Amino acid sequence: MRMTYREAMRTALKEALASDPRVFLMGEDVGRYGGAYAVSKGLLEQFGPERVRDTPLSESAFVGAGIGAALGGMRPIVEVMTVNFSLLALDQVVNTAATLRHMSGGQLGVPLVVRMATGAGRQVAAQHSHSLEGWYAHIPGISVLAPATAHDARWMLPAALGQPDPVFIFEHAMLYPEEGEVGEDPGPLPLFAAAIRRAGRDVTLIAYGGSVGKALAAADTLAAEGVEAEVLDLRSLRPLDDATILASVRRCHRAVVIDEGWRTGSLAAEISSRISESAFFDLDAPVERVCTAEVPIPYPKHLEDAALPQPHRICAAVRGLLKPTPGATR
Amino acid sequence: MATREAPVTTAVTSVGVAIEPATARTWLGQMLLIRRFEEKAAELYSAGKIRGFLHLSIGEEAVSVAAMGALTMADNVVSTYREHGHALARGVPAGPLMAELFGKANGTSRGRGGSMHIFDVGRRFYGGNAIVGGGMPLAVGLALADRLEQRAAITACLFGDGAVAEGEFHESLNLASLWRLPVLFLCENNYYAMGTALDRHQAETDISRKGAAYRIPSAAVDGMDLLATVEAVRRAAEQVRSSGAPFLLECRTYRFRAHSMYDPELYRSKEEVEQWKRRDPITLFRDRIEKDGVLTGADLEALDRAARDATDQAVAFAEAGEWEPVADLLKYVQAGESPCA
Repeated sequence: MRMTYREAMRTALKEALASDPRVFLMGEDVGRYGGAYAVSKGLLEQFGPERVRDTPLSESAFVGAGIGAALGGMRPIVEVMTVNFSLLALDQVVNTAATLRHMSGGQLGVPLVVRMATGAGRQVAAQHSHSLEGWYAHIPGISVLAPATAHDARWMLPAALGQPDPVFIFEHAMLYPEEGEVGEDPGPLPLFAAAIRRAGRDVTLIAYGGSVGKALAAADTLAAEGVEAEVLDLRSLRPLDDATILASVRRCHRAVVIDEGWRTGSLAAEISSRISESAFFDLDAPVERVCTAEVPIPYPKHLEDAALPQPHRICAAVRGLLKPTPGATR
Repeated sequence: MATREAPVTTAVTSVGVAIEPATARTWLGQMLLIRRFEEKAAELYSAGKIRGFLHLSIGEEAVSVAAMGALTMADNVVSTYREHGHALARGVPAGPLMAELFGKANGTSRGRGGSMHIFDVGRRFYGGNAIVGGGMPLAVGLALADRLEQRAAITACLFGDGAVAEGEFHESLNLASLWRLPVLFLCENNYYAMGTALDRHQAETDISRKGAAYRIPSAAVDGMDLLATVEAVRRAAEQVRSSGAPFLLECRTYRFRAHSMYDPELYRSKEEVEQWKRRDPITLFRDRIEKDGVLTGADLEALDRAARDATDQAVAFAEAGEWEPVADLLKYVQAGESPCA
């Protein structure tokens, strides 16, 4: 069935609320307003204010309350309006959600799902546009997902709710109106597996979330030039599916990592490093990265576009990799 | 528009009720156990058996005993990094507690947490939180779960005067009141946020008055007076139980020891500490029950010996414990088959 990413997530929320009385949704404007991105529209009417809870703008308190409710046997879904605001709750994430199991010697688990919007592209400037999911992927004790398709928006949530530990779901804000095919069931991929979205042989484009579509667009352009790019959608940022990443790189011998985070200290750097550590001798060229320019995201469209990874920048990176390397023997 | 009752501020300063010998034994026994346990922990710290941060609650025992005494085992407790007293009064066995301070595998958290992170899920003792104010949202969430599941329990949320400066204090009080959740906010005001005196970090030093901003009924009590504190916590807990809504109780107390074992105590005078020590909660209570003839001198001796023996047994338990194997380093990060990275 075709539906938008937004509808897919709403369907998932609706099903979760309907099928498990322990599930409730809370966050800023999730109820009466219908969600800042209209994801939870209609849920308050259907499930009532006890299970679709509007919260004050108290990120730390309601994320922490989600942790407490999870300890108390519930399966809370906490929506934070955007990743930018989630920084106000980072203490609860890093110092509490991610540590309780360990600090308690395995006595406690925090089966909590936190969803939030991330990413740029809507000219909302430097306090509403950042992609900080790479920071979250740094933290042991939590899992980090980035659904890039409507299908994953539909099916990652129920799988996340089945996890015994905290799961963070990052939804790129530009994806909400995107339509896609949503299957009847989750399909064969495990929750933390990467997916090959387009098969190729010349270069692996490694992307996630809002960058997957850009990688696919770049692959189309490159195909017209006779270059077959493989597009790998990470899906899970923590844990990373090393096996799928490395297998693809070993097939294609070249890799470009696309990451809407800033380049320095980025998830792209981590992936590049893992490839270098484990598939160095399979590479025909150094791993290339296409990241966001090292600037707070600017407001005007031409500057925002210039700051972000774009298909033409991905194509340029691939063309650079395909230039014959002096001394290469393969 | 929903109506709310007006916030009430009451002060309990002294109680003239008769004390049952059995009750006196329990309360004094618990206070003595906390005192002897922590004195021994300080010794063992100097001996290098305990490392890291060790925050002692010596001087604050009455609050621990009163707070835990007002709760049932169905209630939840969220505590701070100065929580040995809370844990012991809650019934966490002294042996595993001491072993946790040692970092041994037979500790409450298999040694992974240490002094600041005591957990006992069976006793609904949810830590052991060393981020000041960090446990407060957790308490709100635990109370929310009880509300949603229609359980009659309340959640006791302990925090210090330092936490009052944190945003999480204000966010949590607001949320608990807005959603009418059964949280008993118990402030252990020992007048210092580490080394910063209350009047150097709060514009309003009467912490009990802060509840009014969130329409939370509040009270303050002399936390060195066990009987007054027991009565104040009992009333507060009763109000939370009957109303299903939060209450803020400020217990005014004092720590006789340094903030942690690293603290040279440059920020307060010896005279001030000595003055407070004259109001030692254990001495005050012991004198009172001796004067009233509730317990004999021999009873009191026996209680102290029992506390010392329990402490010695706890040390022996900790000494006998094994270290977690290094091969298990990555355990307890995520459950079962959840991949780590």
